[in-house]
Formats: sequence, C-alpha cells, structure tokens
Amino acid sequence: MRKLLLAATVAVSALSGAELPGQALSGAQAQTLTMAVGAPVTSLDPHYHQLSPNNAVADMIFDKLVNTDAQARRVPGLATEWRATGPTTWEFKLRPGVKFHNGNPFTAEDVAFTLGRLPNVPNAPSSFAVYARPIQRIEIVDPLTIRFHTTAPHPLLPLDMTNVRILDKETHEGAATEDFNSGKTAIGTGPWRVVSHRNGERIEFARHDAYWGGAPAFQRVNYRMITNDAARTAALLAGDVDFIDQVPTTDLAKLRQDQRVTLSEVVGLRLIFLGLDHLRGPNENSPFITDNDGKPLGRNPLRDVRVRRALSMAIDRQAIVERVMEGAATPAGQFLPPGVPGHVPDVQPTRYDPEGAKRLLAEAGYPNGFRMQLNGPNDRYINDGRIIQAIGQMWTRVGVRAAVEGQTWAVFVGRAARSEFSAHLIGWGSNPDGSHPLRNILATVSAEKGWGASNRGRYSNPEVDRLLEASLTELDEEKREKLVLDAQRIAAEDVGVIPIHIQTNIWAMRRGLMHEARADEATRAQDVRPAPQ
Amino acid sequence: MSVYLLRRLIQAALVMLAMSVIVFIGVYAIGDPVEILISPDADQAERVRAIAALGLDKPLWEQYFSFLGNALRGDLGRSFVFNEPALQLIAQRAPATLELAFGATFLAVLVGLPLGLYAGLRPNGVGAKTIMAGSILGFSLPTFWVGLMLIMVFAVQLGWLPSTGRGETVEILGMRWSFLTRDGLAHMAMPALNLALFKISLVIRLTRAGVRETMLMDFVKFARAKGLSPRRVIGVHVFKNILIPVVTVVGLELGSTIAFSVVTESVFAWPGMGKLIIDSINVLDRPVIVAYLMSIVLMFIIINLVVDLLYSVLDPRVRLESKG
Amino acid sequence: MSITTADTTSAPAKAPRVETPLRRFVSEFAESKMALGALIVFLAIVLIAIFAPLIAPQNPYDLAQLDIMDGRLEPGSQSADGSITYWLGTDDQGRDMLSGIMYGLRISLMVGAGSAIVAALVGASLGMLAAYAGGRTDTIIMRLVDLQLSFPTILSALMILAFLGKGIMNVVIALIVVEWAYYARTVRGTALVERRREYVEAAQCLALPTRRIIFRHLLPNCMPPLIVVGTIQIARAIALEATLSFLGLGVPITEPSLGLLIANGYEYMLSGKYWISFYPGIALLVTIVSINLVGDHLRDVLNPRLRK
Repeated sequence: MRKLLLAATVAVSALSGAELPGQALSGAQAQTLTMAVGAPVTSLDPHYHQLSPNNAVADMIFDKLVNTDAQARRVPGLATEWRATGPTTWEFKLRPGVKFHNGNPFTAEDVAFTLGRLPNVPNAPSSFAVYARPIQRIEIVDPLTIRFHTTAPHPLLPLDMTNVRILDKETHEGAATEDFNSGKTAIGTGPWRVVSHRNGERIEFARHDAYWGGAPAFQRVNYRMITNDAARTAALLAGDVDFIDQVPTTDLAKLRQDQRVTLSEVVGLRLIFLGLDHLRGPNENSPFITDNDGKPLGRNPLRDVRVRRALSMAIDRQAIVERVMEGAATPAGQFLPPGVPGHVPDVQPTRYDPEGAKRLLAEAGYPNGFRMQLNGPNDRYINDGRIIQAIGQMWTRVGVRAAVEGQTWAVFVGRAARSEFSAHLIGWGSNPDGSHPLRNILATVSAEKGWGASNRGRYSNPEVDRLLEASLTELDEEKREKLVLDAQRIAAEDVGVIPIHIQTNIWAMRRGLMHEARADEATRAQDVRPAPQ
Repeated sequence: MSVYLLRRLIQAALVMLAMSVIVFIGVYAIGDPVEILISPDADQAERVRAIAALGLDKPLWEQYFSFLGNALRGDLGRSFVFNEPALQLIAQRAPATLELAFGATFLAVLVGLPLGLYAGLRPNGVGAKTIMAGSILGFSLPTFWVGLMLIMVFAVQLGWLPSTGRGETVEILGMRWSFLTRDGLAHMAMPALNLALFKISLVIRLTRAGVRETMLMDFVKFARAKGLSPRRVIGVHVFKNILIPVVTVVGLELGSTIAFSVVTESVFAWPGMGKLIIDSINVLDRPVIVAYLMSIVLMFIIINLVVDLLYSVLDPRVRLESKG
Repeated sequence: MSITTADTTSAPAKAPRVETPLRRFVSEFAESKMALGALIVFLAIVLIAIFAPLIAPQNPYDLAQLDIMDGRLEPGSQSADGSITYWLGTDDQGRDMLSGIMYGLRISLMVGAGSAIVAALVGASLGMLAAYAGGRTDTIIMRLVDLQLSFPTILSALMILAFLGKGIMNVVIALIVVEWAYYARTVRGTALVERRREYVEAAQCLALPTRRIIFRHLLPNCMPPLIVVGTIQIARAIALEATLSFLGLGVPITEPSLGLLIANGYEYMLSGKYWISFYPGIALLVTIVSINLVGDHLRDVLNPRLRK
C-alpha cells in the first residue's frame, strides 16, 4: 500500500488521449492554461502573508535561492551552490545571467535587500521575519557571492532560504503590498509575469520567455479561485477549466473512471494527528473527560502513556484511509513520509489492536473505560469531520465512550490554542526536515526559545527537548540527522501525539495534460505540460 | 417631511453605531484572528509582532474607539488579510453582487407578477394550480441544493452554460459589470435564477393573494358595475392595490438578497460581496466584516426608507407623520 | 403534484346546525381535499418524528451503533454483521439513511416549528405593541427591527452559534433571533392599516378595553398576513437550518438533521452516490410542501375579507 503511494506519480496516462478527438489538444488550447484552485490567494506580495496559496503563486512569479523539488528535496534555485564556511557563516554562490521580468539583472544586492525587507512589511498578519532573524550580518563578497553571518551556528539556514522569494532592489525599494496586488511591482525572476490580478478571483499570467530554467509550456495562464469543492470539480467536467487542485475525495472514484480526466497524486507532507491534553496534571481533571456516569474522574488519564497507547491502538487507520479518505492518504506513525529528510525508518504506524487496547486500559486502571470528547474542525482538513466521527466509533468500541464535536476552524483554533480540549484533531504541514515538527509541536512550549508554538496539547518531554536543542546548532549533517531522528523516535514511543495519516495531494486535469505532483501541495503552472502525444 | 427624513437619518446613525459595537464584540467573541492568520511556522515572537501589527494588542474598547475615530473620517480600517482598505475591497466586489441581486429581483418580478396575476384571476384553473404548486416547490428547495442541481444539469450534463465564475466584464464608471456582455450574461443566468427562485414564489403568492382579495373589494365591484373594461379594472384598480405588499416585500427582499447572496455566491464561485464576507468570517478579518455590515446596514436603511415613502404614496391611509 | 385551493367565494350549502366559528373553520378547511391530504401527510410526518426512537431500525446518533465499514452502502444492502438491512442505503459513517431521516425529521421539525412559534409570538406581540402604542415605543421597536433585518441571517447565526456553540437548541435560538423581526414588521404594517379602519374606531367609541380591541379585533385581522409569513418562515427556518448545516454552522455533525444529511450527501452527488442526499431531500421537500399546503389553505379559510 505504502509502496503504491510512495513514489510521486506523474500523470502520464495521456497515451490514450488520441482516442478522444474532442478532447485533443488543439494549438489554440496549448496557448492558455486555465487552472482553478480551491484556496484563495490573498496577496501577490511574497513577504506579506506566510500562507500556502500565496506561496504557490509567489513561486510562479519569484524565485528563491534554494528551491525544493516535487519530493521536497532541496535543489539549486537562484543560488547554484552553498556551504558553511565557518561555524556561523554560510556562503551562497548566485546564478549568473538571471534577469527580472523588467530586464534588471539579479545580483547579491537584491538578496541583501530582500532579507532586509522581510521584517519590515507593514501590517503583515504572518511575516517572513523568522527567516531573517538568525542572520546577524550580510556580507556581499562580489555581485554573485553573498555571505550570511549568523548569531549562533544555524544548520537550517538553507532550509530557511527555501521560504524567501527574492525581490529586485531597484524595483521594490519602498514598494507596498498594494503595489504588488495591483500587479505594478509583481516583478520577479520566476517563470511567469503577472498580466492582471483580481483579488480573490483570478490572476492572469504570461510566460517569462527569458526564464533561466527554460520557458514554460504555455503562453498564458488563467489562475482562477473556486473555493467550493463541488463547483471546482464541476468546472473541470464542464470544460471551463483545464486543471484543478484539492480534488475532493468524494469525487475521486468517479473521476478515476472518467475518460476525459487524468489525475496526478503524491504523498504529501501534511500529517493529520490527535493532540492530547498534557497540560492538566495526572491528578487533575481534563475538561472533556469524565467517568462513565458523567462524574469527574479526579485524574487525567491522558498523562498515562498506557492510555495514550491504547487510544492509538484502538484506531483502525487502514479503515479510515480506505473508507473515509477513499485511499487518498497513508496511515502514519510520524510526521514525515518515507523518502523525505527527517523520516524515522523504524517507526511504524501503530497496529490496529482493539483487544490490546482494552488490556492496556484495564492495566492503567480503566477496565470499563471512561467518557471523553474528541474535538476537531469540520472545515479545515480533508474530511476532518468524518475522521473524528470514525475515531469516535473506534474508541467507543474499546470502552472509551467518545462524544465528537466538530466546529468551524475560526472557533476551533482559538480554543485549541488555549488548550481547552482533552483530545483534538489537527493537521500539520511540515517543512521537509524533522526539526520542523519537533520544534513546533513536540517541544516544550517556550516563548523564549520560540518552541512549541503549535504544541496545543502542551506535550513536554525533557529528553526530546535536549536532543532538539543539540540538533539546532549541529552543523554536521549526519550527526544532526541522528539527533532529529532520535528525538522523534522518543516522542513516538511516548505517544506525545497520535498520528493518523498523511494526506495524499491530488490534482485533476483534462486528458492531454500532465502534471508533476508536489509533496508540498503547491499548485503552480510550471509543473503542468501538454502530455506527449 | 424633512423633519421626518432627518429623524430617520439620526436613527440610522444610531443603528449603525449599535451595529458596529455588536460586531466588534461579536467578532471578538468568535475567536482570535491572529491564530487563524498566522503561519503555523511562526514562533511566539512572531505572534506577538503580528498581534501588534494588527493593533490587537490594545484593549477592545481602545481598538473600538480608534476604529470609531477613523470611521468618522471615512476610514473603516484595512483588511487583515489583503492589507487593503476594507471599503475599497467591498467596493470592488459590490458590482458583482448588485448585478446579481438586481438580476434576481428583475427575474422575480418579471416571472412572478404575471404568473401571480394569472393564478389570482383564475384561481381554479389547471394553470393556476400548476403555478401554485411550482411556487410551493420554489419555497421548499434549499438554495445550495438547487444551485448544485443547476450546475449538474445545465453545465455538466447539457453543457449549455458555464458552471461557475463571472465571465467577461465591461468597465463602466470604474466598475466592472458582466451583464453587458454575452459571456457575462451566460455566467449570470444560473446564479441569478438560483437566487431568484425563492422570490419568484414569494411574488407569485403575494400577487395572487392580493388579486383575490382585491377582486372582492367593494371598489372593484363598483368599478365593474360602472362598466369599466376588465383590463382597466385589473390594470389600474387591482394592480395598484396589490402593488403595496409586492413593493414592500420586493424592496425588503432586495436588501436581504444582497446580504444573503452568500450561499449562491459560494456555490457558483461568484466573486461578490457575499463571498468576501464568508471568506472574511472564516478568517475573522474584522475590518472587512465591520465595513461590510456597516455598508449593508446603510443600504438597508435606505431601502426601508424608500419602501416607506413608496408605501405612503401607494396607500394614502398610511401617513408618515403618524410615525413620530 | 396538483394543488387545489378551496374556492371559498362560492358559498357552500348552509349547514343546518348552529354555526360556531370553529365548526365553520373545520368545514371550510375540509373542503379542500388537497389541503386535507397535506394535513394527513404532515401529521404522519409528525408522528414519525415523535416515535422515531421506537420505530427506527437504528439509533443513528449513537456512535457505538455505527460502523464505517458499512459506509456508503447502496439502498437494500445488508450490514456487515447481517443484523440490519439498509433499505435506503447508508451515509459515509455507515448511518442507516432510513433511521437518519426519521431522526432528522425530528430535528428539522423541532427547529422549524419551535423557532417559528416563539419568533411569531415575540414578533407579533412587539409588532402589535408598536402599531398600537405608536410614538416612542413604536420607534424603538421598529429601529430594533431594522437593526435585526440589517444583520445578514448567516452572520447573525454564526455569531450566535459562536457565542453558544453548535447545538440544536442554539440553532433554534439563532433562528428566533433572526426571524422575529419579520413577524413584527408584518403585524405592525397590517395593524397600522387596520387600526385606522372604522370598526376599530367604533370599538374605541364604545370604550372597549384596549386589550379587547387588540385581541378580539386587531389581532384576528392581522392573522392572514401573519399566517402567510408564518408559513413562509417555517419553510424558511427548515431550509435555513439546512443552509447553516451546509456551511458547517448548524447542528452537531454527530446528530445530523435533514439539512446536514443533504449537505453530507451533496458531496457524493457527482460520484453517483445519490441516495445519501436524495432521500433526505425528498423527506425535506415533502415536509415543507405539506406545511405550505396546509398554511396556504388556512390563509384562504382564515381571511375574513375573502369570506362573505
């Protein structure tokens, strides 16, 4: 099963496309690609809002020093090579001969300017300042060589650079977010030029012929936003658009059979997991846990690792993947999928074992189980409301009588942040490095260190913290990797969170097109090409 | 008359003030916008910065009064999400919603009034019964369901109409309208019908009820007895009488159509204000929510005022002065 | 479906018995076979809703009785353990659609009727008060109505449900809050016209108590529009509840109403699993149509101006 979903599946099933003359790609069609995406793009300013749909579009217009390929591996972008030249120094060699859309040459000045802008975008609701923060000083060696001096050893700097889109100093000095949105300064080195932009509605692109990575396959791109799932699928079936992302799992079976449509899919980087209440002490009441008569328990069973393990064993992940997700997910025991840096090879998804779960619960002093409410959003992740109900069924079967409450994300996330829940379902889209989920979700909450900002269950394990701390300054890649894997292994054995599955990212397109599916969920026009006839 | 208008305007201002307070508290109670907007990557320091950048670090009353101060100067704040003035965002989306709402209202009157008249005049005919059955179905079908059915049938199965979106637009007075192009009209047909369905039924029923009541009234009998042609009786006397409830309801419904086009807009991916507001609620973009509601309230007050004025013209028994 | 509305204008043969208002009402109502039929269907629906826990094959709100392995089965399928036949199929959670519809009817009716009755009581009282008292009272009430009507339903509902959390009672409260103003406006509008009529002036000249004038004279005359609005509003409340559930704000996902069942199934429509959305949709339609037919005929019967 995993093997099946493991490899990035590039949609090349267009070989039989010739059978359908009506759908064949005519010359005119090849000129314009009409795409429909499910999540609205809110700004063309690449440093305004750290938001996946914005980042995907920014990657069409701009470039980064370090890019990531479809499987989330780091590859050269505007930098051709990089290395640590000292414990606190990184040197990047820049790509020669790169031009912005307006013809300006790309140089080290532009990189320095960009990093200076990151913390200074007014009103940014979620800025990119974190990536500039470790850098103490920038040294321009020559127009195509730049050095970053960091305050402390910072092995993750190249990873940080995969999030920073480079601007043109001359064009963007003093440019406001509105100037990007109007298209006036939406100028980068990327494969697409912005022709027009209607906020939250559509963006029109034209090909950047002088793109260093080779000109894209289409002359123009019409990038539309259709947030309603059914409407997006309908738009593809009606032929109004050529390509859609976030294909609803409910339509998968039908689309797979439809001769007019091709799918592309890849295991993603987003784990769906359950956060558990570690905030209340072993002898305190957890807010949504009672005994079977509805009376307070007087203790927090979730602080007992046997209970956590039992809850994990009670979940039939394969059933969730097959029945709820229609196969568009992989059962998971950790944050990252195989093949991505930071995956721990010897940690497996917990085996479904309801009898074992009952035994463990009895061992922990709950032979008759207890009552618990599972909270979750019902409009955020794929099938989130369905997953929590399915888990509720499974827990009830081992004696943990589960109530289920699904809320809109706007309401849910605030309550989760205040650690109001006993158990909650949430998702996490990782950067391709194990330190990323460790630092944000499994590390003890610490404002000073910037750790555990998304650790809503308040899990805390000193051993995990110690290994993470060591990894963050370890420049030796091999040693660092071992520290990161060890920390994740310990957290997994301790059942800090209960991983459920990793989502599969799915796109659908008119037959005659092919798409390189990306693990990071980004929907970008440069990944789409006409299929070879 | 002018005293009456002035009083209504003062009342309007008070209503808007009350609205803004309620919305401020309401949005505050729903959740924390920063939690929604912030990247999961952000650490605590970045969260603190974002809270300050959006002005959410101040106490609620202080945020409210600074909002009020700016509002008096015509500045309703900048969207947290788009970093553009909220009013500008709404103004950009307004034409799409307005033309949809007017299109739906137009359809409702165009279809509903003649059908209602017919059903009222020949209440026992097969046609009337069919019309009334249809109107009951129109009330009974949930909008989102009808929307999807329309897409399934007319876009996916038959391929007659584009499934979603707004299509080609023409720019007039700095705003983009789609009802002036063929492509735009094709895009507008289904959402406008979807939005109109409920109101067609409403107009049919109101018209029919009005006709049936009016036909029994003494003045109609008198007019008939006087030998006026049936056409004149219906066209002038009856018509004028049934217009009162129809005007009231259509007027009131116009406002609610504009406000409630949320569902239709999200099913048909119609880029209007309704879609903006539902997106804004989802991310708790308070400045947009507040600005949107203020605009809607203003519009409602104007519509109500116009309806009241029309009412007094159509039915002299209702005197405006009596309201004070 | 064809719909007959009794022609109350053609006078029925005068009954020889003493005519009380109630008898007259019943006999006039029974004139329309269609309305009578609708009433019977509606009463049957009400009975199904009330006795759902006794007659439904499954309790669809008890997670322990559901199994996702039985999810999305076609109508007529057997459950994995052979204990139930799913005559109308199952939804994605393995919920028996027949049971789901029976329980869903309960919620939809409770939400629709409960909210409409309370909203009508509140709205009509305030509307009447506004019309009769006039002056400052009128102004305050009508500004409140304006305030309420200027709030988009969806947003009021979201805010109220955010304050209170999801839940059936909370949906009812939200619907009352968004609906009372319609009744108030209608009643005030009618009462304003009615109170200027001669019969009220006559009653006032007779120095009848205000209460009597309002309840015996004004209110009955305000009934026809109130019933029209009430009919519309019950149907609307049920549809609105469905819409709220569609937007993810309505009833809890574990206790789906008809609206939520439709919304859940709506996502499966394109893939051919029609039954998840179709049967609840039919149940919803039949319910609303029967309510509307009854209300429609009631209006004809109750309207004093249509009566000779």
